[in-house]
Amino acid sequence: MVGFTLHFSRWGALVTIFISLASIVFTLPNIIPISTYESLPAWAQLPRMPLGLDLRGGTHLLYQIDTAQLRKDWLQSIQTESRHALSEEKIAHSGVVIAGNAVRITLRDPDKMQAALTRLKTLAQPLSASLLTGSRSGSGMDLSVQGENGVITIEPTPAGMQNRVENAITRSIEVIRRRVDPTGTTEATIQAQGGANGKDRILIQVPGLAPEEVKARVGTTAKLTFQLVDLSMSAEDAEASGVPPDDMLLPDAEHPGRKILLHKEVIVSGDDLVNAYAGYDNRAGGVGERAVDFEFNSKGAAAFARVTRENIGKPFAIVLDNKVISAPVIRSEIPGGRGQITGNFSQEEVSRLALLLRSGALPAALSIIEERSVGPSLGADSIESGKTAAIVGFAAVSALMIAGYGLFGLFSIFALVVNIAIIMACLSLFHATLTLPGIAGMVLTMGVAVDANVLIYERIREEMKGGRGIVSSIEAGFDRAYGTIIDSHLTALLAALILYAFGSGTVRGFAVTLSFGIVSSLFTAITVTRLMVSTWLRQTRPTVLEI
Amino acid sequence: MLLKPLFRLPQKMNLRFVKYFKLCLGLSIFAILGTVVLLYTVGLNFGIDFKGGTLMQIQTPGPAEVANLRTKLTSLGLGEIQLQSFGQPNEVLIRFPEQAGGPEAQKVAADKVLAELPTGSKELRREQVGSTVSQELITSAIWALVLTNLVIFAYVWFRFEWQFALGAIVSLVHDVMFTIGIFSLFQLDFDLTIVAALLTILGYSINDTVVIYDRIRENLRKYKRMPLGDLLDLSVNETMSRTIMTVGTVLMALIALYFFGGEVIRGFTFAMLFGVLVGTYSSVFIAAPFLILIGVKRDWSGVEKGKAKGGQPQAKSAKSTPSPVAANAGSLQPLAEGDSEMDDAVPHSIGFSASIPLGEMETPAAPLPPAAPRKPAGQRPPKKGKGQARAGGGRSKRRG
Repeated sequence: MVGFTLHFSRWGALVTIFISLASIVFTLPNIIPISTYESLPAWAQLPRMPLGLDLRGGTHLLYQIDTAQLRKDWLQSIQTESRHALSEEKIAHSGVVIAGNAVRITLRDPDKMQAALTRLKTLAQPLSASLLTGSRSGSGMDLSVQGENGVITIEPTPAGMQNRVENAITRSIEVIRRRVDPTGTTEATIQAQGGANGKDRILIQVPGLAPEEVKARVGTTAKLTFQLVDLSMSAEDAEASGVPPDDMLLPDAEHPGRKILLHKEVIVSGDDLVNAYAGYDNRAGGVGERAVDFEFNSKGAAAFARVTRENIGKPFAIVLDNKVISAPVIRSEIPGGRGQITGNFSQEEVSRLALLLRSGALPAALSIIEERSVGPSLGADSIESGKTAAIVGFAAVSALMIAGYGLFGLFSIFALVVNIAIIMACLSLFHATLTLPGIAGMVLTMGVAVDANVLIYERIREEMKGGRGIVSSIEAGFDRAYGTIIDSHLTALLAALILYAFGSGTVRGFAVTLSFGIVSSLFTAITVTRLMVSTWLRQTRPTVLEI
Repeated sequence: MLLKPLFRLPQKMNLRFVKYFKLCLGLSIFAILGTVVLLYTVGLNFGIDFKGGTLMQIQTPGPAEVANLRTKLTSLGLGEIQLQSFGQPNEVLIRFPEQAGGPEAQKVAADKVLAELPTGSKELRREQVGSTVSQELITSAIWALVLTNLVIFAYVWFRFEWQFALGAIVSLVHDVMFTIGIFSLFQLDFDLTIVAALLTILGYSINDTVVIYDRIRENLRKYKRMPLGDLLDLSVNETMSRTIMTVGTVLMALIALYFFGGEVIRGFTFAMLFGVLVGTYSSVFIAAPFLILIGVKRDWSGVEKGKAKGGQPQAKSAKSTPSPVAANAGSLQPLAEGDSEMDDAVPHSIGFSASIPLGEMETPAAPLPPAAPRKPAGQRPPKKGKGQARAGGGRSKRRG
């Protein structure tokens, strides 16, 4: 008597029951108290839904890399390399200058143009193929080198610049990870994000930490250089009469307001550091000031030894992020590649600086363009509110469905429980973050999910009224409601997917639960409800249908 | 032993929605124009997501003296600073615009605010959005809304006909405009979560609309010659109990969220509550009757014929027809409704209550009276169709 629609193969029924039970099992870790969960043996500790920052408290920071600075640094290194290259080839030039977004070289002898171009073109690096596909420039090189009328222009290509920015972002992420999460235990999320110019942003989400702490850990660029002080003129004179081309003027951190004139040439940079740790001033006659001890690699050590040997008696400057931290006088050659940075540091500053130096410098400055933080107490409140709303919502929806459809309403509530379990199981298994809007999505799903049941039940009523028998009414009700259910679910799912694609942060959490909810309600309507109804029909063989 | 329903919504409500279409359309156009005017004059009260700036949620040790605090904070000169109590008497939400001088200046400003707060205050939440990000958020929000509409348009077109797609989009745009209008009118905070709510409303409203359209399509196949106005009314009426029930459950869930879900998502829930009501209204009063305005293909034979098979006895339409309008049956058209043209040979019970033995109903399958002026398969002019709808001549004839 039960026709095709209501017929379940043994396997179909088993699979449906299995999925429902499995979902409930995977939901359990999220429901039981955390203490119970932790007392379980490891194999029984099924994954839990990770909670979003808005539920557990924490900090969300979006940093943007300074692309202008990256470009400037790049142009400067092109400038230096070009000079080197031309002097190697003995090609005379009347100037290698940075003009706008390019380096411009004026040759003294235009006949040497071809030779110069050939040599300078070796500065350009090919871009990897994967980058090319997305780039507008077809040249495949990171630099374009062109010569005309004795003037050579070297310009970064758009793809080259994008490549450079993305490399900088990748390196920054590594550096930041070492700084924010040195032990790898804080569940920090650090990832690249796209802005208007490709991936030039870094998103950092750290649960349980206040924004100030995260910012302090991310810290500064920590670009460390050692440069010689130019004693040929005073900083004041230089400021008044113009800084010599090979010099630079930097503020003195030890004496606020004052500046120091330095040679631009970098003796050793932080790139050559292999280690840095907090210590104490160990100079003879030192006052036991706090200091950062550091160690160079062999290349850095050799350069450091050479320069200190050649410049005994002269001051050299330790420059951190364009500030002179200290400018001690070289008393003797420092051969072992070890050194020390002293200054007016607190204990905290010393450890922080050591960590920053250890983790390496950021390739460019980062600035915060978005910050969101939630205190732990608000997060806990939000969880409580979410729970209450979910329970009340569930009770209200159940009451209405049972009042409206009796036993069939009860069936749909069972289906709803399975539905919610599937959502929670999916979130747990896919490690999708649960946010407060996500909870809202779940509660909303409760209201929307029963729609499938409502459609079926109303249809059954119509069929009954049309004079059909019980079984054929039910069968037709399911059959004819399916088309509508699929159409209405698919359109709603499309909207939810777009919300996911465009949303960010907590809104995305909402889109995730909503999408899972729509798909799982499709599943429960087609299988779970149907299985219950068909089993009930077979077991009781009712003569009246109270729906 | 058997759990019985406590109530049953009437299966067939003989409401005449199409009749009110013009009124509703007028009201809705008025509301949409009003929204446009509001957007141009007062605009939206953008949250920091879209404007840039800082938001701080503060918990004060005692009940917050908002007015007092406002005076203090205004004197800081941080630009237009907003204060409102937030859910509880001891919680305030403070917002100030982006300061010149970048994130650093923003932090300095926030510190100034913190310094003015009563001692023992706690910062529960801080959000700070730069203007580059807020610009992008606006752009992506608009894209999301446009794209959702386009995708839905495409889907409905694919599944139905372009007229349906157009009707669906008109009602969706209506829902979005209506909701935005309310946010503008009452100057409620408009932030990212509200955009999320708008997208969800689109999803819900299209769900509602598609259910009704599905029924319209089904009835179009079934009652080939029923005037469109009647057919739309019939379809809306047939699905009315489902509409009410579903709105009921969704509202239950939303009301629970509104009252218990916490202050943080209250704006979102409000938008949803409002949007669900508007979405339902528009599905019934705009999306369905809109088909009359633009007409709709009447010949659905061959289109998913299989679906209409199995001819269910739809004991519906008849009761609506003893209609008040029957009087104006000036231009009588025999066989106005659900008749032998149905492409399934299975009996159907138009005009009879279900108690009539099925067999009897096969009679209408007889050849059509040649007198029936057959309209071309195309669309009928709405007005005329309505007149004919009420003709009821064919039916009474058969009844007699």
